[in-house]
Formats: sequence, structure tokens, C-alpha cells
Amino acid sequence: MLQSKAFDRFASIFLGCLVVITLLPIVLIVISSFTAEDALIQNGYSFWPQEWSLDAYYYMVKQGAVILRSYGVSIFVTVVGTLCSVLITTMLAYPMSRKSFKYRNVLSFFVFFTMLFNGGIVPAYIMWTQIFHIKNTIFALLIPNYLVNAFNVILVKNYYSNNVPDALLEAAQIDGASEMTIFRRIMLPLAVPAIATISLFTGLCYWNDWTNGLYYISNEKLYSIQMLLMNIMNNIQALRANSTASLLGTGAVDLPGTAIRMAMAVIGILPILLVYPFVQKHLVRGVVVGAVKG
Amino acid sequence: MKKLLHPKAAKSSRASNTPLLLIALPGIIYLLINNYAPMLGIFLAFKDYSLIKGPFGSDWCGFQNFEFLFKTKDAFIMTRNTILYNLAFIIIGTAVAIFVAILMCELGERKRVKFYQAAMLLPNLLSWVVIGFIAYAFLNADTGFINNSFLAWLGLDPVSWYSEPGAWPAILIIVNLWKNIGYQSIIFMASISGIDKSLYEAAAMDGAGKLRQIRAITLPLLKPTVIMLTLMSIGRIFYSDFGLFYQVPQNSGALFATTQTIDTYVYRGLMELNDVGMSAAAGLYQSIVGFILVLIANKIVRKVDADNALF
Repeated sequence: MLQSKAFDRFASIFLGCLVVITLLPIVLIVISSFTAEDALIQNGYSFWPQEWSLDAYYYMVKQGAVILRSYGVSIFVTVVGTLCSVLITTMLAYPMSRKSFKYRNVLSFFVFFTMLFNGGIVPAYIMWTQIFHIKNTIFALLIPNYLVNAFNVILVKNYYSNNVPDALLEAAQIDGASEMTIFRRIMLPLAVPAIATISLFTGLCYWNDWTNGLYYISNEKLYSIQMLLMNIMNNIQALRANSTASLLGTGAVDLPGTAIRMAMAVIGILPILLVYPFVQKHLVRGVVVGAVKG
Repeated sequence: MKKLLHPKAAKSSRASNTPLLLIALPGIIYLLINNYAPMLGIFLAFKDYSLIKGPFGSDWCGFQNFEFLFKTKDAFIMTRNTILYNLAFIIIGTAVAIFVAILMCELGERKRVKFYQAAMLLPNLLSWVVIGFIAYAFLNADTGFINNSFLAWLGLDPVSWYSEPGAWPAILIIVNLWKNIGYQSIIFMASISGIDKSLYEAAAMDGAGKLRQIRAITLPLLKPTVIMLTLMSIGRIFYSDFGLFYQVPQNSGALFATTQTIDTYVYRGLMELNDVGMSAAAGLYQSIVGFILVLIANKIVRKVDADNALF
């Protein structure tokens, strides 16, 4: 008994410390973003700033157009991308789950094989840029890589196989429902829990994506928030609404660059921090479901 | 219309197959373009690519790209880095995740545990770009936390981390742990909570302490999960997380000796050096060896436990 209590206490303390260590880096950037530029240059990024300041945020509000624009791009891509992805994924998964479907096994293998082998980024890049001319269009952020993920398809397919009895579909067919009606009226509503899981992961994937931008986007107007962040890391001037003009001369002396970097990172994390408490439970469950049968 | 012309039997099978095929069609077309077309595109690895002549017009050059690739030191460095980092992630990551999962399960169903879980999963939701910023806040030579607060406090000289290749294996392992430990431990927690509680009760009755219970019950029963996940990771040992190796080191050329992996090499060849042939050759090398490894890993998983095999 005594040993069990001691172990319990050890677990509490150890995990408590681990959680603090996990969260500290995020706390550091938040505090740094509220630190005065002078203090940052003198003492570096620190948990105990000598002087607090809102300068970085004032500056960002002044240059708000650039940030709002890339927020807009990110939100658009995340919403549209996730909706399309969920629709195409569930539509692909439904026939795979139908035992009466003749091409069921062929289709399953067709989907599954994409998890085993891929042609790599070079042929994909050449195809998207030279054949589909996707460079610097919004499609470059939506279409390559993320629209259909074999893993999600299999997850939804398993969900259908395990939760929708064949008798239900047969009954619907006898009532004269077409396959499309069955899909729309029965399968889609029944799959809501699975759809919630894949929407979360797909949405997160789109929001956090920067590789499609890295490969296919050079036009600043199409920068997602992640692209803007990358650009700011390399060049703090990028935040200026008219970045090329400001590079040519107008003084950058008043630019609180050290603090702005961290304020931008905070802006990039903020949506996730805001949504996280509400979806946290589903995410944890999704991780478990995904891992059980990959 | 066509349906009416067919005899009844044929009609029913067609009627149920064609509409289902149509429903699957958008997904099929997408996978054909996004996944299968690039598989055919691996022929680029055997071409002397020229932007003017295009992918189909460029001249064939046999295995020349591969010859050049494997003559350079790069091929060895990127292969070594990819494999060693993955091995480190597998071994350290699994050990820490199991440890954390056992402690979490020990605390049971309390509210606090849910909070711990949520907090530790949080880094997994951040993009590599943001994590690059966080790493920068710590490592940046002039204003970074480590140089200014930590090393200064210890009385040590500042280090310019972004040009110090020797430090990066440790840095990348820590960053990777930080990002993924929450995710991995959730998987192990699910596995532990599936263990029959009566085993622990019986052990406690026989006077086995907590540590003894963990050694005799939890760890042995976790073994199948660990073996399975490890084999799956070994199947992917030729692939690295591009974000970790590109964003966290800030694409710093001074660090390539310890941060270059096959994925970053392919990216740099394609986008920065415009050496499409070499880059395609490295990509194909990764795809083929990766494919073979997945097949082998799966074969072993099948032998151990057919239920967990991919196919």
C-alpha cells in the first residue's frame, strides 16, 4: 500500500514537471512577443522580461492587411480543402464497404497501394507545374497531397463495415433508393463520428501545411499564414504592406523585428489554441482509433 | 436507358456496380493523378532533364544520375542521417512514451490526467514552421534563450547554434520528442487500458508491488504493440519528417553534415540547385528501398501477429 502511494506521488510529480516542460516553449514565445524590443536585444528572449510592451502587436495591427490576407487564404484553404476531402473520402470509402460491390477488392488494393509506394516529389512537382500549371494558383494549396489520404479512406471504410448493417442497405434498396440516395441519406449521416475524426485531422493538415506553398507559391498574395511566417523568419521586412518598396529605402529603424517574430508565431498558433479545448477529446480519440488499425 | 436492354440478371449486377463505381470515381481520379501518375514519372530519374525540352523531350541517360549521386559524399551522409535519426527516434521515443503512458495510467481516470494528455498532445498540433520559430527563440545566437539566459547563468560562452553541426543530433532528437511524445503515449495508454484489470488485482493480492506489477504484467503485455509499432517505423526508416529537418535548422547550409536527410536532399536538388535528374534519382532510391523495407516489415508483422499486418 505504502509503495503504491509513493509510486502515485512520483507519477504525479513527474508528469506535472513534464507538462510544464512541454508548455514552457510556447509560454516563452508568448511572453517574448509582449516584451519591449530594447529588453529583447539586451537580454534575449526570456521568461522574465525587464520591460513589457505591446509594440509588436501595434505594429502588426498597422500592417494588418498582410496578416489578414494570409489568414483569409489559410481559412479558405482549410475550409474548402477539408469539405472536399471529406466528401471525396467518404464517397470512395462507401463502395469499398459494400460486400456486394464487384470491384471491392480491386478498389481497396488501389487505395491501399498508395500507402506502400510513391513516386516521390520530383515527378509530382514536374506534373503539377508542367502539365497542370498549378503554380501560383489557389489550387496549389488545395489539391496536391492532401485531398484524399488512403489512411482516412480506410478509417471511414472500416467504420462503415463495423457500424452499418447490410440489412439496412438492402431494405433501402428494396424501397427503391438509388445508391446515391443511400449514400446521401443513410451513409453520410451515419458516418458523422468518423467524419468528425477525419475532418479534424484533415483540417489541421491544411492549416499547418507549408510544403505546398514552398513548392508551388511565390506570389505573396497567395501566402497562407504558414508561408507568411516562413517569409518573416527569413526577412522581417516581408510584413510591410508594400515590402518591395520598403526594401528600397524607407527606414526600418523603428521595426521591432525581434518581438514581431514571436508575435507572428503567436498569431500563427492562436487559432489552434482557441479551437483546441473544444476538439481535444475528439483528437485524443482519433489518435487511438487511427493507431489501432493503421 | 441502356439498363432496359439488358436481361434481368445482368441488370441487377450492373445496376449495383455502376452507380457504386460512379460514387467512387472522384476519389479514383484523384488518386490516379496525385499518386499513380508520379509513380510512372519515376522515369525522370533516368533522364538528363532539361527545362526547355520538358519531361518527355529530355534525353535518356541510363543510370548516369545514380552514378553521379552515389559518387558524391552526399548519398552516404543523407542515408546515414536518415537511418540514424529514425533509429534514435524509434528507440528513445518508444521508451519515453511507454514510461509516460505507464505513469498516466497509474493516475487512473482523474481529470488531471485528461489535462496532462491534452497538454502533451498540443505540440503535435503545431506546424513545423511555428516549431521553427520556437526553436529560434531558444537557439538564436544573439537573442536566444539558451545563450542569453541559460549559458550566461552557467557562466559559459554563447554558442552559435545554427553553425554548430555537432549539436544538432541532440537538438533534433529533443525537438522530435517534444512534438511527438504526447501522441505516442496516447497510443500506448490505449493499449495499457486494454489490459485485464483483474491481473493487477491478483498480483496485488499476492503481494506484488507497483514496480513488480509493471515488470511482470504491463511490459510483457505491451510487447506485441511495441513490436508492431517498431516494425512499422522500421518500414519507414528511409523517410524523414521534412519539416523537422528543414524548418528547425532554418535551412542552414553549415549544418548539412548532421541535418541533411534524403527528403531535404531531394528538395534542395529540385528547388535550390535545379538538378532535377539527381533529385529524381535520390527520390527513386528512397521510394524503392522504402518499398522493400515496408514489404519486409509487413512480412515479419504477419509472422508475429497476422491481425496487425497491413496486408
